[in-house]
Amino acid sequence: MNAHSGEFIAAQPTLVPPAQRAPLGPGTPSRHGHLLGPLLLLLYWGVLSATGWLDPRTLPAPWTAITTGAELLGEGRLQANLAVSAARAASGLVVGGIAGVLLAFLSGLSLLGGYVIDGVVQLKRGIPILAIIPFMVLWFGIGEPMKVAVIAVAAFFPIYIQTHSALRAIDLRYVELAETLGLNRWQFLRTIVIPGALPGFLLGLRFGATAAWLALVVVEQLNATSGIGYMVTLARNYAQTDVMLVGLVVYALLGFGTDSAIRWTERRLLTWRRTLGR
Amino acid sequence: MSAPAVRIRDLKRTFTLKGVLNGVDLDIAPGEFVALLGRSGSGKSTLLRALAGIDHEAEGTGEMALPPRIAVIFQDARLLPWLRVLDNVTLGLPRRALKQAAQALEEVGLAGRERSWPHELSGGEQQRVALARALVREPALLLADEPFGALDALTRIQMHALLRRLSERHKPAILLVTHDIDEAIALADRIVMLDDGRLAADLRVRDAASAALRTTLLAKLGVG
Repeated sequence: MNAHSGEFIAAQPTLVPPAQRAPLGPGTPSRHGHLLGPLLLLLYWGVLSATGWLDPRTLPAPWTAITTGAELLGEGRLQANLAVSAARAASGLVVGGIAGVLLAFLSGLSLLGGYVIDGVVQLKRGIPILAIIPFMVLWFGIGEPMKVAVIAVAAFFPIYIQTHSALRAIDLRYVELAETLGLNRWQFLRTIVIPGALPGFLLGLRFGATAAWLALVVVEQLNATSGIGYMVTLARNYAQTDVMLVGLVVYALLGFGTDSAIRWTERRLLTWRRTLGR
Repeated sequence: MSAPAVRIRDLKRTFTLKGVLNGVDLDIAPGEFVALLGRSGSGKSTLLRALAGIDHEAEGTGEMALPPRIAVIFQDARLLPWLRVLDNVTLGLPRRALKQAAQALEEVGLAGRERSWPHELSGGEQQRVALARALVREPALLLADEPFGALDALTRIQMHALLRRLSERHKPAILLVTHDIDEAIALADRIVMLDDGRLAADLRVRDAASAALRTTLLAKLGVG
């Protein structure tokens, strides 16, 4: 008996803690992890500038951007030019956005509209925006209307394309549902079409805003007498690399700020979506 | 005998994606619960889609007399993901329907979930919202296209009891498309069977005879 039970105890497997499996996924992301890359680059740039390896005539030190920026702000030049640039980009974005949404709805919701509009838009899409500037100058002159028109055209395409494809992707089952619930045209538009197309529109708006800033940079170097681009062009003529650098930083902040604002709006408007990215 | 809620004469549908109808005659009395059985491709869904008025792609002839208020429940709950539960129930209804909608949600056991998003609900709960959305319209005819097909067995049994209870309280005429014989026997007053686009059987359900009825139906479906 005793021998038996002794044997029995000896036969019991020894318990070991389970080996911790190394996770295959990248792990939980940190909230501000994305800042690491830019900060490292900034550090590298700062070290090169401080040790004198980087000639300020090639690229001024990062802190020069801040001091020069502060000087320009003190003189009032930066905010004046910034206001002009922002107004240009905003009016172009609004005009292009309204046109993009209207045409997307016309071509997405009616067969005839689709035949007429979508083909033309797809054809025009193949022409780079910069290539149409000579014609824009011919039609609108070299003043403010031309600048807004170029920005509007640049912003129009992504907004049209994303809104249109979102409209086309609305599930037919929802259309059936609307029919069985007896929704009228307006209710159908308000409760199914517009919410269904909203994610696509917001994505298009993000691309459109980026395109608007890009077009702004280009048109502001064409015979402008105000704006950030004008400030940079002027600085280039006098080899003021520090002012040129401030211009670049301002463009970067504007682009980043616009994108963040739209993404914030997106999160607000699309709370119903459960996505991986959150 | 009172006038039927639904009257279908010589209904034909050709060139459809989901099976044809070769001349269907069917009357459904007010408040009657009819289950429509048939193999896949027999025309069950085609008939239901014709009654629901969503078979635009189909061509055909025939007569249909239907009540003005019809509600449809699909196999998927078909809730709009961007509307909260209560707004899904009142979709397309005037503001004053809010109270009835909350009441309908309570009836299907979802009181307190008015502000939830559809994706926060389980499959069975979503289908119950769809049921509430149908109920709040006070339909004289309720069309249901395999509404429990995507649910697990336990949830399906609960949904059967719920549908039975609601149909007794609200008394709409119901046409339930299903391929599940036991579901048809458990729920319906009457079972009709489609085969090859034609009505192949029309049987009353009596509790006592359900075993025999089951055998008959299985035989007619060619599986007995």
